[in-house]
Order: sequence, then C-alpha cells, then structure tokens
Amino acid sequence: MKRSIYLLPLFIFLVIVGYFAVGLNMNPRDIPSMLLDQKVPHFDLAPIKGSKRGFSHKDLSGQVALINIFGSWCAACLAEHPFLMEISTKGLIPIYGIDWREKNPDDGPRWLAQRGDPYTLIGDDPKSKVAIALGVTGAPETLFVDKSGFIRYKHVGPITPKNWQSKLWPLVQELREQ
Amino acid sequence: MIFSHIPLIDRPTSVCPIIDVFLNRKTKIYFIFLAFSLIAFYSSPTFAVEPSEVLADTALEARARDISKGFRCVVCQNQSIDDSNAGLARDMRLLVRERLVAGDTNAEVTNYMVSRYGSYVLLKPPLNKSTYALWYGPLLIICLSFVILFVFFHRRQHSSVVTTEGLNDEEQRRIDALLKDEE
Repeated sequence: MKRSIYLLPLFIFLVIVGYFAVGLNMNPRDIPSMLLDQKVPHFDLAPIKGSKRGFSHKDLSGQVALINIFGSWCAACLAEHPFLMEISTKGLIPIYGIDWREKNPDDGPRWLAQRGDPYTLIGDDPKSKVAIALGVTGAPETLFVDKSGFIRYKHVGPITPKNWQSKLWPLVQELREQ
Repeated sequence: MIFSHIPLIDRPTSVCPIIDVFLNRKTKIYFIFLAFSLIAFYSSPTFAVEPSEVLADTALEARARDISKGFRCVVCQNQSIDDSNAGLARDMRLLVRERLVAGDTNAEVTNYMVSRYGSYVLLKPPLNKSTYALWYGPLLIICLSFVILFVFFHRRQHSSVVTTEGLNDEEQRRIDALLKDEE
C-alpha cells in the first residue's frame, strides 16, 4: 500500500498524456456552430453584378437545400467547384450561393462565367453581413438546411466526392425523409 | 594583429571596436540609426484598425475599440479583431461600430457575436458550467498541494522520534571491527 504512492507520478503523467492525445488531435478550426438546429436567420442579399435576382432566406422554404459560401479569391472554392457543378447538373439538390467578400463586384460573375454556375440563386455579400450572421469563419463552408428552414449541419472546407458519398449525401437523404 | 595599422585611439566612445575598424563615422551612424529604426519598427504595436473605419464620435469609437479587443478573430484565432488584418476581422469591426451607432449597448453587441460564433469568439472565457474547471481548477490544485504539503511535514515530524535510538552492543562491535580492519 505504502509503495503504491510511488506510482502516483506515473499515473498523473498518463492522465496528462491522455489529455494531450485528445487535445492535440482536435482541430482548432472546428469552431462549433451556434446555429445548428436553429432557423436560418433572416436576410435578403442583393444579386451579384449582371444578375437580376438576389438570395433571401425565403427562397429556401419547403426544401432541403445547401447554402454554399464561396468567393473568387478562395482557392479551396476553386477545388470544390467542379464537384458542385456535378451535383448541380445531376440535379441532386439545389445549391444556393453566397458570393463572399469580393474586392471587385465583377470578380464573382467573371469567375462563374469562366467555370460554370452551379447555383440556383446567388446573393452578394461583400461586407460579410450575412456571413457573420451565419457564423461563417472561412470559405468554402456549406450549410445544410432542412424543409422547415432549420440549419442541420455545417460543412467546413470543400465538398469532395469522398465526403459527399460517405457523409453528406446520406445526410441529405435523411433530411428529406423527415 | 591584422588591423593594427588602423588607428583606433581617436574613438574613445566606441561601442564596438570591430565596427570602427570596418566603417567610417558616417556609415557607422547610418547603420546604428538603421538598427534602432528596425527595432522600433518591429517592436511597435501594429494597428489593424484603418483610418476609414474610425468613427467620428470619439466616445463610440472608444467603446468600439474596447469591445473589439475582446473578440477573437475567427480566422487567425489568437488575435483579437482589433489586432487582426484579416478581412473577416475588419468586417466584424465595422459591424461592431455599425451596431453601436444604431444604439446597441456593449452587452447587446457581445450577445450578437456570441449567438453567431459561440463563447469561442470571446478572448476571455465566460464563467459558466462548462468553464468552472478552467476558472477554479488552478485554485483547487493550489489548495490540494497545500493539504499534501501539510500532511507530509506533519507526518515527518511525528515519525522522526523513532530514528533517534543509539547503536546496540552488537552493532557497536561490528563497527569497531570494521574500523580496525581499515587501519
């Protein structure tokens, strides 16, 4: 019994190792979304240059949909873009776009003209008004909205065929069944 | 000495003789000036808040600066939005100012930010159920270590009585024998 006290430092050490193992494997960029299971906040974004219709929260009603935050300045959005085009041409799910923080109002439209436009509607958000309201921390980010207009999931980073197959598409189907 | 032909004696205030050897007076002053300005440049706080953002109302601006210092830039993570040059931080600063101008109190602005980004956005973690361990943990550890120290010394004092007995006859004989062998 007396001897076992000498094992105490080892025990404390192992506990600390445990904490570090968990803590260092957490990604500090995974900021928990406060808006999960909350209604999409009200917003009404102006159209991007050359387009007639903007994007407001009312456009989402009654359907499972994606809100994708992108920008022509964002390299990861470029990487994600071909797969969004694929989703869009297959008609899997409507994708609504928020063109975020364009320095020049021509940049977003030009980017889309060159590469194709996967979006049902696009809103222009040069001053991050809606981005902040949606708790966006970077681009690309994609919000999954259910039929009653609740945010059910936030995907940070590009949508790829891999994470789409393994996680995101099953999630969409699940939301549709509700 | 390689440099013995160069007179050093007429520079009594020399900081570093090597510099005197290589540089003349003018270049030396220039380099010292350069060194100091580099130090001044890199050690002075950089200002992220751009002149165009500053509010005309100085009282409101002071409040905006004060609140901004407490918000974490969600892009760079270890800077406040007041310090950060990130685009999103700038937009957050503008939003803070806009809300203050619209008549929001400091608490209302903070609540808005927390409702969007969680208490993560606050550089000073709030005191609530999930942060009790964070705020009170260190205090608990200090108290515990005092208790352990007290118990340790208390025990040692009481147990020390046992060890003050002298040698018995048998032990004394063995020591004498060993000492004899040494000689």
